[in-house]
Amino acid sequence: MNTSVKVGRIRLKNPVIAASGTFGVEYNELVDIESLGAVVAKTITLNAREGNPPPRLVETPAGMLNSIGLENAGLQDFINKKLPAYLKLKVPVIASISAETAGELMELAKRLDKTAVEGIELNLSCPNIRSGTLISQDPKATYEAVRQVKKATEKTVIAKLSPNVTDIRVFAKAAEEGGADAVSLINTFFAMAVDIEKRRPLLGNITGGLSGPPIKPIALKMVWDAFNEVDIPIIGIGGIMTYKDAMEFIICGATAIQVGTANFINPQVTVEIIDGIRQYMTRKNINSLKKLIGSLEVR
Amino acid sequence: MNQLKIKISENIRVSGNYFRLKFRSEQLSKTARPGQFIELKVTDGLEPLLRKPLGIHRIISPNMVEVLYEVIGKGTEALSKRSPGEVLDVIGPLGNGFDLGSRVEGPGSRVLVAGGIGAAPLVFLAQKLRPLSAKPPEGTIDHRPSTLGRPLVLIGAKTKDALLCEKEFKDLGCNVSIVTEDGSKGHKGFVTDLLKKVLNTQYSILNTIYTCGPKSMLKAVAHISTKYRTPCQLLLEEYMACGVGVCLGCPIKVKTQYPCLAGRQAILNTQYQYKMVCKDGPVFRADEVIWE
Repeated sequence: MNTSVKVGRIRLKNPVIAASGTFGVEYNELVDIESLGAVVAKTITLNAREGNPPPRLVETPAGMLNSIGLENAGLQDFINKKLPAYLKLKVPVIASISAETAGELMELAKRLDKTAVEGIELNLSCPNIRSGTLISQDPKATYEAVRQVKKATEKTVIAKLSPNVTDIRVFAKAAEEGGADAVSLINTFFAMAVDIEKRRPLLGNITGGLSGPPIKPIALKMVWDAFNEVDIPIIGIGGIMTYKDAMEFIICGATAIQVGTANFINPQVTVEIIDGIRQYMTRKNINSLKKLIGSLEVR
Repeated sequence: MNQLKIKISENIRVSGNYFRLKFRSEQLSKTARPGQFIELKVTDGLEPLLRKPLGIHRIISPNMVEVLYEVIGKGTEALSKRSPGEVLDVIGPLGNGFDLGSRVEGPGSRVLVAGGIGAAPLVFLAQKLRPLSAKPPEGTIDHRPSTLGRPLVLIGAKTKDALLCEKEFKDLGCNVSIVTEDGSKGHKGFVTDLLKKVLNTQYSILNTIYTCGPKSMLKAVAHISTKYRTPCQLLLEEYMACGVGVCLGCPIKVKTQYPCLAGRQAILNTQYQYKMVCKDGPVFRADEVIWE
């Protein structure tokens, strides 16, 4: 049975990737990290960021809001400390980067180009660092950011898109035209929750991003839309909790999938999804996962 | 840290909104330290979605783990409805426990200050402190009266009915004092008033205060500990998702000091940074926490 897939120049032994900001070497005691297709590290910025004031989390019906605010210790700390810890676990690492300007993005990509990361995911869509619109809410800015980063690195470049747009196809196309090797979608939805007794927001940052099972059907539709628009691989993300969710994304056109919020609920969920996909393939008598990508029968 | 399936042995109402959950786990009972917590998946479904962090109340042999919890929201409400024999998914033990110190101290060297449900995890602490405090230094004969060397426990609650763990602390040989806000049992007022009185009188050579309770109480205890120059460890609570330091969802502001030059003088400049209650805590030193 062949569960391997290719995203840009990264060959994944299976399509299951741990999503940025939801996974870390801390889970090594609980899950066999080596068996994952890849891990996307927590988003880094050039310089350290302290993140948003608490509370940073709110639970909503079957989902959660977060406003972490890209707390991270910066690029150098990632290269010196976080990356070596991951590499020790023998798992392909995809770095995730964010910046306010294309110049900063290029600098990050240039420095990461000399490291052992397998690829770079451009987080163009974090809802928790607001300075006007997100890069991935502007097709031209998306195109430009990807183009600049591609110039700065030979690594596989993945553009992570925001769902907070009217038509995801425009943005997937812009990333493709900018030279992206793949797009990953979706990031979280802008969202908020209120304490009606105190008439105060439940997040310190007032607003945040919604993730978990509630966003899955919307994410799936966006992956389907993007699949019909672009030729580069799509990494499906959004509320994946089980192998069945993962298979829905793959059938709708995702070459690989990322698991985020579900890691918090069950740290072993990624490994269980890999097992589930293999069992599904056995049951369906399909020997190569590639045959299932975009195999949705619409007639 | 392990991810375990545990079978509920008992899950009963103690009083009011307080419930006691018991389950057998060799791994947890052997490895857990006072002040550590577990993350419980309280239902098998998507609602509530996230695990609930709960402090370990005590370990009773053989291998029985107890959690004493208050129903405060959807998660604890759902937990209170689970029955003996049902299986729950648990991750733990998590976080760093209390620093118990290593020296054998003199009389009343440890004061535990509990507010409301905050009494629950301090019982586990008292279980471990008892042998430490009670044992005389090696090679010396213990001439102390039997009451000395025992931890002093101050328990605060709104009313007599909301009082928790008095018997547990007494059974462990602690000296226990009660404070209720309405005066329905023990002293009337706040537990922090009694703490001040204690620090003013009989226990002047205190080693450490250990405390857990509502944030307003912790803040007051921290303030008192600074005033009396007594080391103090706070057990904090926060909303959490992962519980292991991955999601960065449970920050608390702590002071960071670094040396710098002011003119020609070297001074300590104080700034702040976020630490995670789950991974860096949940126990913090009173003098490092910045209260908002």
